[in-house]
Formats: sequence, C-alpha cells, structure tokens
Amino acid sequence: MSTATAPLRRPSAEPAPGLAVIPAAPPLHRPLASRIPWVLVVFLVMATVPWVGTRYDTFLASQIVIDALFAVSLNLLLGTTGLVSFGHVAYFGVGAYACGILMKTYGWPFSVAFPAAGLGAALFALVSGFFCVRLAKLYFAMLTLAFSQIAWAIAYKWNDVTGGDQGLPEIPYPDLDWMSAIPGCADLSVGARFYLLSLVLVALALAVTHRIIRSPFGRVLTTIRDNPERAAFLGVNVRLYQLAAFVIAGGLAGLAGALYGIFSRGVFSDYLFWSKSAEILIMTILGGAGFFWGPPVGAAALVWLNQWVTDYTQYWSFVLGAILLVLLFCFPGGIVGGIVALWRRLQRLRHA
Amino acid sequence: MSSSFLFSQFMGGLTTAMFLFLIASGLSLVFGVMRVINFAHGSFYMVGAYLAWQVVQWLQPTGGAFWIAALAAALGIGLLGAVTERIFFRSLYGREELYQLLFTYALVLILGDAAKYLWGTDQLSVSTPPALAGGITIFGTTQPLYTLFIIAIGPAVAFALWLVLNRTSAGRMVRAAQMDREMLAALGANVSIIYTGMFALSAFLAGLSGALVTPIQSIVPGMDVLIIVQAFIVVVIGGMGSLWGTFWGSMIYGQVLSFGILIFPSFSLFSVFVLMAVILIVRPWGLFGRPI
Repeated sequence: MSTATAPLRRPSAEPAPGLAVIPAAPPLHRPLASRIPWVLVVFLVMATVPWVGTRYDTFLASQIVIDALFAVSLNLLLGTTGLVSFGHVAYFGVGAYACGILMKTYGWPFSVAFPAAGLGAALFALVSGFFCVRLAKLYFAMLTLAFSQIAWAIAYKWNDVTGGDQGLPEIPYPDLDWMSAIPGCADLSVGARFYLLSLVLVALALAVTHRIIRSPFGRVLTTIRDNPERAAFLGVNVRLYQLAAFVIAGGLAGLAGALYGIFSRGVFSDYLFWSKSAEILIMTILGGAGFFWGPPVGAAALVWLNQWVTDYTQYWSFVLGAILLVLLFCFPGGIVGGIVALWRRLQRLRHA
Repeated sequence: MSSSFLFSQFMGGLTTAMFLFLIASGLSLVFGVMRVINFAHGSFYMVGAYLAWQVVQWLQPTGGAFWIAALAAALGIGLLGAVTERIFFRSLYGREELYQLLFTYALVLILGDAAKYLWGTDQLSVSTPPALAGGITIFGTTQPLYTLFIIAIGPAVAFALWLVLNRTSAGRMVRAAQMDREMLAALGANVSIIYTGMFALSAFLAGLSGALVTPIQSIVPGMDVLIIVQAFIVVVIGGMGSLWGTFWGSMIYGQVLSFGILIFPSFSLFSVFVLMAVILIVRPWGLFGRPI
C-alpha cells in the first residue's frame, strides 16, 4: 500500500503560493497598534453584544462565533498542514448529531454531551483520516469528499437515529439557570446565555488551537506543509503527523457542530451536504488561510455580508461566487493577508 | 423475483449508466489532460438542460425541434466552456489545486443563481421527440424507445471519443499533453489551443447530456450539485482520465444503484459512496486507470 501510493505525491519544493507567505518586516520599534491586546479587545466587545445589541445581533454573533471555530479547525488542515479537505463538514455534522442525539434522545447534560460530541467527531476523523492521509492532493480531497457523503447518506437515511430527511428538531438548550447568579446576567434570555457560553467555549478552543500551532508539534505540521519530502528526510513520520492534525481538526469541528445544533434548535442532513464543505473553505480563504486569525475574520465577514446582501436580493450564491472570483484572482491572501500587506507597505513608507 | 423484473432493473441501471457516462466522460477528459476537477461540470449540464428547454419553446411547432435544441444547447455550452477557459481558467494553471477547485465552485454558485434568475425555480419539462415516443416489448417488459436511444448513444459517444483520441492527429496531441505538457510545448505544439479545445469538448458533452436528459427528467434548480457527485463517483471508480474506465465505471455505478435498492433498500446511496471510498483507498487511480 505505502509503496503503491508513493508516486502520487508530487514534489512541491516551493512554499504554497497564495497561502500568503509575506516576509516579516524588521520591528524597528513597536508601534502603539501592535501593543494593544487585540484578541482580548475583540473578545470583550463580542461579550457585550447581548446587552448593547438587539436579539438579531446576538443571533448573528452566535453564528460568527461558531463558524469561526469551524473555519479555524479547517485551517489547521489547510493553512497549517497543507491538506485540502473537501469533506470537513462531515465532522461538524457528526458532532452536531452526536450532541443532539445525546441531549434529546438520551437526556444527557450538555457538560457531558458537548465533549462527547467532540470525541465522537475526532474518532470518526481518526478512522477516515487513517485512509485519507495516505493519498496525495486531489485524491485526498476526493476521499474526504467521499467520507463526508457517506456521513451525509447515513444521516439522510437512518431514520430511527437521525430522523432521516426530517432531521432532529427541537434539541433542548442546556440548563443555564446558574448564569442568573452572575451579576447582570439575570435578565438575559436563554438564547443570549447560550451565546455567552458559546463565546467562552470557542475562545477556549481557539486558545488551545493557537497553542497547538505554536508548539513544536505545530512547527512540524508547518514543515510538512512546506516540504513533506524534507520533513520525511528529517525523520518525521509525515502521515502520523497529518493524521494527528486531521483528528484534532475533526474534533474541533465536532465541537463547533455541537454548538451549532443547539444554536439552530435542530440538526438536519443538509448540514452535511458536500457544498457546505465548500462554503467553509470559502470562509477560510476569504479571511486568509495563511493567518491564525484569518478564518474568524472570514466567518465574521461572510455572516455579515450574507445578512446584508440578502436584504437586497435573493441571489446570495451569485454574490458569493463573484466575491470568490475577486478573491482568487486579486486577493489570494484573503482579508487578513490584504491588511497585513497594506500595513507592511505603510510601515516601509514611513521608515523609508 | 421474475426474470422480466430483473431485466427491467438491469435496463434501468443501463440507462442511468449511459447518462452518467455522457456526463462523466467530459469530467474525465478534463481531468486526464489538465489535472483539474471541474465542479462546474454539473452546472454546464444543468444550463444545457435549460438551454434545450428554451430552444424547444422558441421552435415549438417545428418538426425536429428537440434535436435542434439538443445540438444548440451542446454548442452553446461548448462555447461557454471555451470562453471560461480562455478568460479565467488559464491563469490558474500551475497554482494550488485548491484555487482551481474553488474557481470551479465559484462557477457553480454563479451559474446556479443565473439559471434561477433566467428560468425561475419551477420544474420545467420537455416532451419526448415524436420519433422516439413509443415503446417496444422485450422479455415481457415495455422499454420506451427513448431510453433505448440513450443506451445506444452512450457506446456511440465512447467509440467516437476513442476514435478522435487514438486515430486522429488532434487526438495524438491530446494524449501527448496528458503525458507531458512541457515537452509537448517545447516541441512547438500549441498546448494552449489543446486545453481550450478539451475544455470546450468537455462542456459540449455536458451540455449535450443536459439536453438529452430533459425528456425523462424534469429540469429543476439543484440538479447541478446532485449530478456532479454521481459523475465524480463514476470517474473515481473507473479511473480519473481514463475513457474506458469512465465507461465501465458508469456501468458498475448504474447496476450497483439499480440492484442495490433490491438488496439494501434504504442504503443504495450509501453503497455507492462506500464503493467510491473503497476504490480510492485500494486503487486511487481507479479500476481501469494507471497510476500517475
């Protein structure tokens, strides 16, 4: 098996173009803007949404937060490890169904069902990823697509467990009464409370992911992305590392799916259709796959754009396709890539 | 299970197979030469179906309207394919696969909404051409003439493609481009024209199959993303880039789907995806393809 598939992997000595490899400018003196802890600021601003915004704002913010985790999990494969998965939605869907079934059918509490959903998705990622990482490039993409369609077919047809084409409606909210004890939270609706819980859980998951990417393990993944042959020469078990990334990404996507099922009050087989995988890829690329914070920015931009565009026209797909064309041909680094390039250019002008 | 029942299942599978072959052959051609998976192939198919419906509406009382419409749809989509390749696709050669995949996905989004805008979201249908409206009785089952026509046209297209690829100088160029495009370019051949031609031919086949499907299936939005997955399965089973592989891949797919329903009623969808996954795991280059 291993020798048979080896010729499929074409050497790619140059770093992935478009995945925004921008040379770092030497930091002469740190400007004010880079001394502000932006991540903390954004987190705090997001946390005020239920108080300062409308119910609809909270709804949009929930979607952004959950999509951000989903897109970051995909980017662990795409941007960090250099694996193009076209079936990442499978793990999102497995997490959503696992959490929904455990909470609705078996009455498990959220505190157990949520990690169980992540574990379930990670387990499915382990089984499918074991086969996927053996294939190169397009074949990898095709096999991930095949596994996600298998998951979709099961969700669509296994009526007794998943509800089939009727889906799994009315998933209960977790018990969030304890939040009343927190000052200022007593008057919040259960939707707003769940948003705050999602925000905290996603922030924790992102922190862990960030830590993983900056760890020695994450550095190996980046090496594999840039040059798998060199990594293999250095004694790295490339497939094992790719599989580990695949499992972590699957588990994180499962957590995002678990939150999404509760947020949208139901899980339906549509969530697992292959076109959803493409949408999350677009989100990641839109924000910038070369940056940790690219996918969350892409999630925010896409959710906001969607609600803005659909106010004017029903042809959202057309607009999304047009955005994608502009992105592919003009801004392959995405929004964050564009901002960083602009920022560096301004810096150079100032120091010139 | 009577033999006539089994025969009609077999014929149903064969019809599915030949339709899928018409669609998947174009997908496989483009993959073989350009190493590109074209998600928009299903959209070309769908727009071909709408175009055929439109031309039939214009020509309604004329005899042979359906055949003119089918040819017009195929040519129109072929032209669309050529223009797409010339304007957009060529700047993506040599870039990450992801960008090529996402570009074809952008076409899926744009063409899907363009079709909704132009033709609405209602189901549209085209009546069977009068010459093929009847049916004949074989083994105690009535087979519509139109499906027999489809079953005949599949192998005819396969044979025609084989002739073009293996017995003409243009086909020799294509096969050379498949093996080593840099070498071919270095020898002075116009590789760029070959690529445009292949893309146009592939789109032509998609448009043709879209037009030919209209008498037996209604035209609806969403038929693009449904068909493309099936075409992928066929191409993967047979071997991406292999003409006869695609032919036999569609035969296997059609029969697995047709008989899978009998053995495994609610899981026939599941079984074809499992088949696709198993083949990718065991022989990523497909049953009839060669490792690349």
